[in-house]
Amino acid sequence: MRLTLKIWRQGGKYKGEFVTYQLDNVNEHMSFLEMLDVLNEQLVARREEPVAFEHDCREGICGTCSLVIDGRAHGPMKGTTTCQVHMRHYKDGETIVIEPFRAQAFPVIKDLVVDRSAFDRIIQSGGYVNVNTGQAQDANSIPIEKDQASRSFDAAACIGCGACVAACPNASAMLFTSAKVSHLALLPQGAVERRQRVLSMVAQMDKEGFGRCSNVKACEAECPKEISVENIARMNREYLAATFASEKV
Amino acid sequence: MAKSAKLDAKTPPGPLDQKWDYYKGHVALVSPNNKRRIDVIIVGSGLAGASAAASLGELGYNVKCFTYHDSPRRAHSIAAQGGINAAKNYRNDGDSVFRLFYDTIKGGDYRARESNVHRLAEVSTAIIDQCVAQGVPFAREYGGLLDNRSFGGTQVSRTFYARGQTGQQLLIGAYQALSRQIAAGTVKMYNRHEMLDVVTVDGQCRGVIVRNLVTGQLERHSAHAVVLCTGGYGNVFYLSTNAMMCNVTAAWRAHRRGAFFGNPCYTQIHPTCIPVSGDYQSKLTLMSESLRNDGRCWVPKKAEDAKKNPRDIPEEDRDYYLERRYPAFGNLVPRDIASRAAKQVCDEGRGVGASGLAVYLDFADAIKRFGKATVEARYGNLFEMYEKITGENPYETPMRIYPAVHYTMGGLWVDYELMTTLPGLYAAGEANFSDHGANRLGASALMQGLADGYFVLPYTIGSYLSNEIRTGAISTNTPEFEAAENSVRERISHLMGVGGSQSVESFHRRLGKIMWDKCGMGRTKEGLTEAIGEIRALRAEFWRDVFVPGRPDEYNPELEKACRVADFLELGELMCRDALHRNESCGGHFREEYQTPDGEAKRDDDDFMYVAAWEWQGENAEPELHKESLEYEVVKVSQRSYK
Repeated sequence: MRLTLKIWRQGGKYKGEFVTYQLDNVNEHMSFLEMLDVLNEQLVARREEPVAFEHDCREGICGTCSLVIDGRAHGPMKGTTTCQVHMRHYKDGETIVIEPFRAQAFPVIKDLVVDRSAFDRIIQSGGYVNVNTGQAQDANSIPIEKDQASRSFDAAACIGCGACVAACPNASAMLFTSAKVSHLALLPQGAVERRQRVLSMVAQMDKEGFGRCSNVKACEAECPKEISVENIARMNREYLAATFASEKV
Repeated sequence: MAKSAKLDAKTPPGPLDQKWDYYKGHVALVSPNNKRRIDVIIVGSGLAGASAAASLGELGYNVKCFTYHDSPRRAHSIAAQGGINAAKNYRNDGDSVFRLFYDTIKGGDYRARESNVHRLAEVSTAIIDQCVAQGVPFAREYGGLLDNRSFGGTQVSRTFYARGQTGQQLLIGAYQALSRQIAAGTVKMYNRHEMLDVVTVDGQCRGVIVRNLVTGQLERHSAHAVVLCTGGYGNVFYLSTNAMMCNVTAAWRAHRRGAFFGNPCYTQIHPTCIPVSGDYQSKLTLMSESLRNDGRCWVPKKAEDAKKNPRDIPEEDRDYYLERRYPAFGNLVPRDIASRAAKQVCDEGRGVGASGLAVYLDFADAIKRFGKATVEARYGNLFEMYEKITGENPYETPMRIYPAVHYTMGGLWVDYELMTTLPGLYAAGEANFSDHGANRLGASALMQGLADGYFVLPYTIGSYLSNEIRTGAISTNTPEFEAAENSVRERISHLMGVGGSQSVESFHRRLGKIMWDKCGMGRTKEGLTEAIGEIRALRAEFWRDVFVPGRPDEYNPELEKACRVADFLELGELMCRDALHRNESCGGHFREEYQTPDGEAKRDDDDFMYVAAWEWQGENAEPELHKESLEYEVVKVSQRSYK
């Protein structure tokens, strides 16, 4: 099939603008990123600078790939990262608009590549259990109810890609942050530090310049791992409880 | 023999099952106030790197950790699906440290070092404890205790798992432990920095040269010890299940500076991957080995049925070839055996799918026996992934799978302490050669990465660093650092300056084809000899005609790729040399000249029961082979049988 691509270019000779490319011979079995590979090979052959985009595992698990495709983070399919979108979902002659994830807290590095290190700093502010190597008790000495463990897992499935921020009109990181708060608060190992954790992580999230949550729920709709907004409700509850119960208030 | 004296494995004295305890009781320690004065560099932030950086940071060393990713959480360990082995014997099914040790040695076709593997089995149980304490959400039973599944090459259920995302959850656990140390200030993290050389001073490794991938600037970093946790080199085949950025550069640069490369030809070809669909293909996707717990591999008995709809092929016309050939292990034979069997039936013309290079992995019986809901609970996310990529629903039609390059058992040669032949330089995880022999068993890579990082290096690195307490801070303002930085800069400007006509990608693709055709699942003397010539010619062509766009002093992914492919072009030749010199078949290394009448790998223990460790001798010079002979004190060496 034949496609028209409108791609955001920024850096080098581009000040920040959409550039239009024609791409012929797109095969329906290609992945979206393989389609961009083909474009880049053609650009290199013409001695032009290839489009910078991030990717790595191409299996939907590392969280490196991003892109807003036709206005949607990770493209048109529910519960799917960009690297798992295949061209069989597009029609011959279509125009596709490709932009980077846009948020104040995710500055653009080049073209479609953004800096998501704010997420690392949120985890560093408390998204862990304080346990040193070698201190652990026998694994089976902590029984955890199966459904509870499963709910924790649902939150822990977050891949840290940032689609929730890109999808949110406020560029809020509530879904990301709440997924980690939930993952750990739902487990006995993490419950010990739940109060201090939620206070620190929310403070860091605000410091990074992410927006507030206004219950739009676009984050849940676009999350490639289908993380539920229930986690945001849980984080709000944890936060309130911590605010009133913490000795530090 | 004088040369081989260079290879001292430093195996501790005493009976096998007491060596590690003996070692821990006798190794020199570094006191807390001295640890503060010692710098350690960790390159890579996967399971081995993140767990090592976190653990060494906790101990009080000054740690710097480097990754080329935008975040340490992206490392390719994250993509491991199936699980992690540990000799917990929670199932009461006869497992023990000895059995895990034995299975690993046997699975590796008697080409791994006993002492290292026994230690791995010993520390395996502590890994599970550690991960659970960190909040890793392993699968559980209704009673709230941990669940297990079985994996290839074993007859017990010792694999702990977290849905089909075990690697992700373990890596996030290690990443969180690392994040905690970053916040505590014991680890300084460098994202988007790629190591391009190691620096040696008076024969010791003293630091690294890295490139800041955003600005393109080269940086010097010094340390009293450097640990490479930089993964495997499966991407030398171009198409593999590795992530796109996985590469050999860190290990290869260290090799050129004096670290021997161990068993480079030992490559794991994983039997269950989604088949290649076209020339544009950039990578292959693994379907977890756990699927072979319930899925049955088959092809039609008759070649003329290969293009039929699988549901129209009656039971009596199907050949469940693994169950037929290996009744004791059935579909759960080790990976090398399952891969070769798939290749054999396809070579006979019985392969299915458009290319004829695929076999069926069928879940119809499992769905009949347990119900769709149970199968969905076990493998739901894998089935979904399969459907996204192929457009076919595996609940209704059998999966089509074919072997693909997945893991490299070879890597930098290390001694018992995980130190390479370059003093002060360590290698951990997939980057070293140590634990898997000629074939790795499923769910053992995660185990090894975390064992090395959490429980081995924190002890063994002290042995070396205890002699460094009087060294003081190491300056980077020295002729050695300057020379190393200059050589990296010159190499980059050479690459940028070629200004040829072919893309980096096109060279990589051609190299991959040579490697897959001639150094892949089946290898011959003729093929390997040809491959060495072809790779040399391709390498010369690369340096004559490659085109790298952009500038060196900016964000430039094409330049990153060019540096990596240049190193693959050197590694590929060494792999072929190693495969050519090893006149036997063992594990993942299958020389077609050396097989039993029924097509199994035929080892030659008299002549090849050793680790081949190659020493760099300069460009276009033949590397020198050193041998570490393997002595089995406990395991009785026999022909591997899964029948």
